[in-house]
Amino acid sequence: MTYFRSHILVCNDPVCTNKGSMEIMQALIDEISSKGLQDEVQVLDTPRIGNCENGPEILVYPEGLHYINLKKDQIPFLVEEQFLKGRPIPDFLAPPKKEQAQELGEPTAKEVRVVLRNCGKIDPQNIEEYIAEDGYQALAKVLSESTPDEVIDTVRRSGLRGRGGAGFPTGLKWSLTRDTVSNTKFLVCNADEGDPGAFMNRSVLEGDPHSVVEGMIIAAYAIGATQGYIYCRAEYPIAVRTLNIAIEQARAYGLLGEHIMGTDFSFDMEVRKGAGAFVCGEETALIKSIEGKRGEPRPRPPFPSVKGLFGKPTNINNVESYANVPQIILRGPEWFSSMGTEKSKGTKTFALAGDVNRTGLIEVPFGITLREIVFDVGGGIKNGHEFKAIQTGGPMGGCLPTADLDLEVDYEKLTQAGSIMGSGGMVVMDDETCMVDIARFFMDFIQDESCGKCVPCRVGTRRMLEILTRICNGEGRDGDIELLEELCVEIKQDSLCGLGQGAPNVIVSTLKNFRDEYEAHIYKKECPAKVCRALIQYEIQADKCVGCTACARNCPVDAISGEAKKPHSINPDTCIRCGICKNVCNYDAILVK
Amino acid sequence: MSNNNNGRDVIKTVNAAVGEFHAKQEELIPILMKVNQELGYIPNDALEQISEAMHIPQSRVYSVASFYHMISTKPTGRHVIKFCESAPCHVAGGKAVWDALLEELQIKPGETSPDGKWTLKTTSCLGVCAVGPVMMVDDDIYGNLKPDQVQEILERYE
Repeated sequence: MTYFRSHILVCNDPVCTNKGSMEIMQALIDEISSKGLQDEVQVLDTPRIGNCENGPEILVYPEGLHYINLKKDQIPFLVEEQFLKGRPIPDFLAPPKKEQAQELGEPTAKEVRVVLRNCGKIDPQNIEEYIAEDGYQALAKVLSESTPDEVIDTVRRSGLRGRGGAGFPTGLKWSLTRDTVSNTKFLVCNADEGDPGAFMNRSVLEGDPHSVVEGMIIAAYAIGATQGYIYCRAEYPIAVRTLNIAIEQARAYGLLGEHIMGTDFSFDMEVRKGAGAFVCGEETALIKSIEGKRGEPRPRPPFPSVKGLFGKPTNINNVESYANVPQIILRGPEWFSSMGTEKSKGTKTFALAGDVNRTGLIEVPFGITLREIVFDVGGGIKNGHEFKAIQTGGPMGGCLPTADLDLEVDYEKLTQAGSIMGSGGMVVMDDETCMVDIARFFMDFIQDESCGKCVPCRVGTRRMLEILTRICNGEGRDGDIELLEELCVEIKQDSLCGLGQGAPNVIVSTLKNFRDEYEAHIYKKECPAKVCRALIQYEIQADKCVGCTACARNCPVDAISGEAKKPHSINPDTCIRCGICKNVCNYDAILVK
Repeated sequence: MSNNNNGRDVIKTVNAAVGEFHAKQEELIPILMKVNQELGYIPNDALEQISEAMHIPQSRVYSVASFYHMISTKPTGRHVIKFCESAPCHVAGGKAVWDALLEELQIKPGETSPDGKWTLKTTSCLGVCAVGPVMMVDDDIYGNLKPDQVQEILERYE
């Protein structure tokens, strides 16, 4: 297979062909041959480069230069400058356009885009745009140059670890499935990204689906799988659609199906939709769901690499893990392992949410500190508030306080600090957040999503939720904290899967880092952040109130009384602590105690 | 029992869905989703028919149908509201919007309004956290919600 250092895409849309784009294409081919560059520069035609208004237009990759309004007599000059001397010609270039996905802005200084490199840049529904960005070149390289064992060795040397959260070395996982003897092996992509606040995988699936498809084909070649499944949650209808289009196009290009790229290797895949069950992100539950059953986890071993889908050896990786693979093959394992920390290599995508100025998707190398993520990438805390905590890794993660801000982000360090890497959700909380309320909130989620199969998780999370709710309602008792601590230990030890084992993390970490808030709720009946309704009171400060009656008119339960132009007062017995009065007061006269 | 739900023939709907997925047992979830989409929920006679057409015990069909949030075994209203209850939406002020929604609809989560217009549900993360708080009415997503927008949004639906 020939490697071209440059590709020229010529628009073949009817509008451009009317303006002579095919003559331009021929002129390019002739000129490139006459300069002896035919083995270095490839000329292709493709639809939809721009809007064709300024045709004929061409795109030059890898630079991504967009030349418009080309005339035949300019071609010799263009070829000489661009491809012999390597100098772009500004006069011919189209004015820069800005088409970034909504959640994905220009990368900040601390970001490195590997997995997200194409998102918002290429048309995800057009395989040719992916191919123009070196797409499927890694697959071609693997199929023509490497044995499956060499592929596994490359991935192992890169240090890539499972991006779904557990961080199991990907190369090792592949070799386990490869070494299991069986006529049929399956490959599964876990795209059941259910963690609240985590939407990294959705962006990759919607913005660059072919990177996942290519990564999966390479993995299938390495482990010897014949059939693949992408298990995508039904809450992502657009991701399901783009994936289906991508798979169809890959099939049409001979990249999926029988005899891929003319070799003896055959592999195909399909998308399976979830039906709304958080626990299906757990690999054994996911397998059950693909088989059309209740998505309940089962104990491991046997691991899926030995006994997985339909009882056959199955390799399961996350979307982001697969999306990294083509880049590792193309740029080499040394390039990949040059990024990150000693044990966590490469980059990681995170969805930054909560009280930071710039929420959205980020991709950073491992080893970056939480402080850099919150303040440099995220732009600091909103509305001038103070940082209080950051929760990493989704609902099963822990809340890390200010003291942990200088922690370097990698799998081990987050675990040591009492949180997890998880799939990459990050929720930043400011000083107006009540940590007991947050713990209650996450326990509510976990309790609801517990599949109910094992007792520690089913009953234990419910008991923990009851205690937390009691504390938030001002009915906390002496001994509640100790009881919670005991439950946390038992549930972590005895639960069947990651959901139950991770359920106590949010309580353990908030008890460790914000114990005083629990104590204030229980013993002083106070909510320091003034969030828990049962523990706060609204009061009107007489010296600030001008008697405008705005609060009294808006109070839904008529708890506010007073004469116009005189200070008002709130009846604490009728007040439901909805906070509307505070929101409508123009004089900052309402105090929360 | 009547074969009429939402004006659709249950047996026909089930058979079409089962046929579309070639009655493969591992396609039970897509089949249930399809029937749920057509009928609004999985009525008892649909459960029976799926069981018969696919040679799967009814108990297993029910166990699957009741496990997944997106499949309902109870009748739903003409419009289904799904409110995101995830942390980023909560932190972004979701609670106030949720309270406004409860106030406006006067039903509890999981319930259907007496006139059969609304069913209120919570949903796990919809993955559009950058514009939270978020809710879905049928297939329409509404983001950056404020409590005072709730009434106006609901009025758009017949």
